[in-house]
Amino acid sequence: MDRNPLRRQLQIMRKSFFDQGYLDEQFVQLEELQDEANPNFVEEVVTLYYRDSARLILSIEQALERKPFDFNKLDAHMHQFKGSSSSIGAKKVKAESTQFREYCKSRNREGCTRCFQQLKKEYATLRKKLEAYFQLARQAGPMETACRPK
Amino acid sequence: MVLGKASSSSLSMKSDEDVVNNNNNLRVLVVDDSPMIRKLHDMYLKKFGLEVQVAENGKNAVELFRFGASFDLILMDKEMPVMDGAEATKELRAMGVKSMIVGVTSLDSPYEKQVFMEAGLNYCFNKPLIADNISFLLQELNKNNNDKN
Repeated sequence: MDRNPLRRQLQIMRKSFFDQGYLDEQFVQLEELQDEANPNFVEEVVTLYYRDSARLILSIEQALERKPFDFNKLDAHMHQFKGSSSSIGAKKVKAESTQFREYCKSRNREGCTRCFQQLKKEYATLRKKLEAYFQLARQAGPMETACRPK
Repeated sequence: MVLGKASSSSLSMKSDEDVVNNNNNLRVLVVDDSPMIRKLHDMYLKKFGLEVQVAENGKNAVELFRFGASFDLILMDKEMPVMDGAEATKELRAMGVKSMIVGVTSLDSPYEKQVFMEAGLNYCFNKPLIADNISFLLQELNKNNNDKN
């Protein structure tokens, strides 16, 4: 464990993301791509994810307001959102996306609406955690060793 | 800010330098409407020493070829505006493009993947690509290039 207290805090925070199921192995794959030439790669990709997500969440919200529901359209939007979420390892968000698509397939309007609210909560929670994490990482500064904390 | 560098298990079979040197002449086109996916795949591929260009949709990809560009490998998303991946793949094959075209999609249904394959793909993987997928594709590309020589 790193002696630098900020870096220790960062390691604990990072571990909690995996232990609590917010992130999966795909996030580790992103970290492995980051290097000295691209020191902010993970944060840059996650920022692009937020942009993709904002657009897709808005599209889904608009689709949920239309009567009757176009389940095919809802499913298509959520399919994209699930893909994006998988790409950064957003495990809980991905799980809710999968559930939403099940409700679309079974044409369950109430299920879709309820699930989408839960999905937005999970997304907001993850975003808040990651924003705090990257802010702390900036304060902690670059690592001196080449080893990634386990 | 550096979060830490770890050795990739997928690159551990050869030294990083060997892998990069073997792939220095290979050019890849990443076709995807998502800036996030383009960035992610661009980075993965550059780690393997590949030269990467990106296109936002199928139409842009086809136009690159029409204007004389050539690539060893095309990573083709399925769902894109203007021209989707299946249509772009069909056009490229109709133009006589023999490059390896690999579908990269979040399609769930085996039937939909099959339809995409039938457009003229060599392989189809789930999004996002991981290092093992790229290793496999590079092995196939190097195999094909050796066969030609």
